[in-house]
Amino acid sequence: MAATGAPQTITLAKGLNQGLRAALEADPKVIVMGEDVGRLGGVFRITEGLQKDFGDQRVFDTPLGESGIIGTAVGLAVRGYRPVCEIQFDGFVFPGLDQIVSQLAKMHYRSQGKLRMPVVVRVPHGGGIGAVEHHSESPESYFVHTPGLKVVACANPGDAYWMIQQAITCDDPVIFFEPKRRYWDKAELDLAVPPPLFSSRVLRTGRTATVVAYGPMVRTVLDAATVAEQNGQTLEVIDLRTLSPLDLAPVFDSVRRTGRLICVSEEPGEASLTAEVAARVSEECFYSLEAPVLRVTGYDTPYPPAKCEEHYLPDLDRVLDAVDRALEY
Amino acid sequence: MPPCKPPVARTGPAARPPAGEPPGEPIVGTVMDLDGQHTPAQVIAGLRATSEGEDLVQLLNPEGQRVSHPQFDLEISPAQLQSLYRDMVLVRRADREAKALQRQGELGLWAPLLGQEAAQIGAGRAMAPQDMAFPSYREHGVAWCRGVDPTELLGIFRGVDQGSWDPISTGFQLYTIVIANQCLHATGYAMGQRLDGKIGDAEYGEATICFFGDGATSQGDVHEGFVWAAVYDAPVVFFCQNNQWAISAPVDRQTRVPLYHRARGYGFPGIRVDGNDVLATLAVTRWALQECRTGNGPVLIEACTYRMDAHTTSDDPTRYRLSEELEEWKLKDPLERVRVHLVREGMADSAFFEGVNAEADELALRLRNYCVSMPAPGPERIFSKVYAEPSPQLDAARDDFLAYHASFLHTSGAR
Repeated sequence: MAATGAPQTITLAKGLNQGLRAALEADPKVIVMGEDVGRLGGVFRITEGLQKDFGDQRVFDTPLGESGIIGTAVGLAVRGYRPVCEIQFDGFVFPGLDQIVSQLAKMHYRSQGKLRMPVVVRVPHGGGIGAVEHHSESPESYFVHTPGLKVVACANPGDAYWMIQQAITCDDPVIFFEPKRRYWDKAELDLAVPPPLFSSRVLRTGRTATVVAYGPMVRTVLDAATVAEQNGQTLEVIDLRTLSPLDLAPVFDSVRRTGRLICVSEEPGEASLTAEVAARVSEECFYSLEAPVLRVTGYDTPYPPAKCEEHYLPDLDRVLDAVDRALEY
Repeated sequence: MPPCKPPVARTGPAARPPAGEPPGEPIVGTVMDLDGQHTPAQVIAGLRATSEGEDLVQLLNPEGQRVSHPQFDLEISPAQLQSLYRDMVLVRRADREAKALQRQGELGLWAPLLGQEAAQIGAGRAMAPQDMAFPSYREHGVAWCRGVDPTELLGIFRGVDQGSWDPISTGFQLYTIVIANQCLHATGYAMGQRLDGKIGDAEYGEATICFFGDGATSQGDVHEGFVWAAVYDAPVVFFCQNNQWAISAPVDRQTRVPLYHRARGYGFPGIRVDGNDVLATLAVTRWALQECRTGNGPVLIEACTYRMDAHTTSDDPTRYRLSEELEEWKLKDPLERVRVHLVREGMADSAFFEGVNAEADELALRLRNYCVSMPAPGPERIFSKVYAEPSPQLDAARDDFLAYHASFLHTSGAR
């Protein structure tokens, strides 16, 4: 548990760990389950020490099967538990997709509220760590497209700490994306009252253009904004935080002031979250736009071999290039 | 394909002895050890996964005669037997009425139960009030046993809801249409029963039972359910109704070995019961639930039965199976053997049968009247209860849609 008093500087991974710890302490129905989450503490050590402190009835290793993890979590939720499932890597969530889409997302609707599914599915996502295939993907739009789910993505240690706790207390199923290449980013943990879980957040104000990102791309965009400022451009940076439901009011408000919007994501762009944001902004802010909404995304290919990923992933230069293109209109 | 045959000679222990009895032969296992003790013909029969030649628990044969069984004998009073018969007659009648309602356009679809009454009533009546059932979509007989009225099943098939009963208070979860998904839910629920410390007491302990078919056994979720249940010692009975057909695919398209043999590979007992024998199904399921209740789960039961009607009312079985097969199974009818037994043993008179038939007629009429008067939900139902927590975005979409919808009502009525 984060100590009260002196501010604490922690990594994003530690923020999640401490958030999970707080959730386990707050509610005896919270259980943590997944592959290697027990004795090992997870391959990214997010659950480190939890089994030791809360016992193997509340923090336990599962057999190796993602459908089994999600499907048994559904049954445990019927029984009154609040399971927090770890999916080891983004690319391994797909064997669990049937249970997520067909059952987890629909149980509340099917039963018209008689069954609640307070299940959190934690998924490390995104690339940039030099990994082999299936370890660097950004599958968030599959889940955003599925009614009945809520989808969030944390981008910094403070949000990691608070958002995981808020997701666990949510009575709806939450797919919780963690930016794996930012696990070791550090920041001071703000123990003040956190913003609501399903809200986006303006991280930096500006007048030249609005740039929207989430998860691992937030830091990339903030870095781009720092460089842009040296060039006399001020970028307004918004961290979406919640991908479903989207909280776009701050985006609309921003675009009405800047007239330009860049959406940034690691996902392949086609039929993705960034496409959704672009469509909504065109509906709401048509008369304010000075330029078409531009997108900076991964390409519409499978995730490439790691030696190519620096070209695949949006980076500072691609964001600034998009800003320049938006300004040409 | 030949039907389930009565056991001829037992070649090994079928399962663990019931609690309280001294342990005998090794626990896990079934009859057909591929160790050379069997003739090639027996082995091949097993590998074909057909229902013949395998050791089947039966207490009442198709001719209506009681058969004794060393492990699963059942003391049952005439009144209890009458009650089981009544259950089967009523659910069959409700099933036939629902099919007729579909044919008359009152239901969009129906998944017939015909032929599986004994398997479902036997299993359903074996459950204790505190137990939980996770059904597939054909478990109308189990629903009946859990106090879910047949009228409550209609909404799914009429398209007015997706499951209307209370899945917690009835101890009967909502129907699951995606094949085998519920096997993991049942396992997870049973894991929760264990986490809650509800296992161990023979009277008040809890157990879970999961219903699925022979086709489902090819799904990964059955495999994962078996694995999870085994490693967590989950108190769950996997009740497989092998009704011989997964739409048009016969059971040997799903497996080489008899399905109940599979349990052995997961480390728990598997047992095959005559699913057209309500007494055997009751005895075996009661034993299996008790095993789970007292901490010896999981258990797999393969109830050997036959889907006498189509897969659903949209299906046409004449395209893939022979009428001779159906005729053979009619001789094994689950109701008829009980009726014959009741008559032959003088356990029921004609007044009893007339009374049950009259009750069935009343039920059918009530079902019909209820069905045709079920109101269609209003268009706002689309947006109802998608989430447990407030969703302003969805509320806004609903309001937009309702305003749009209302704009038509002034001119042309609906739409």
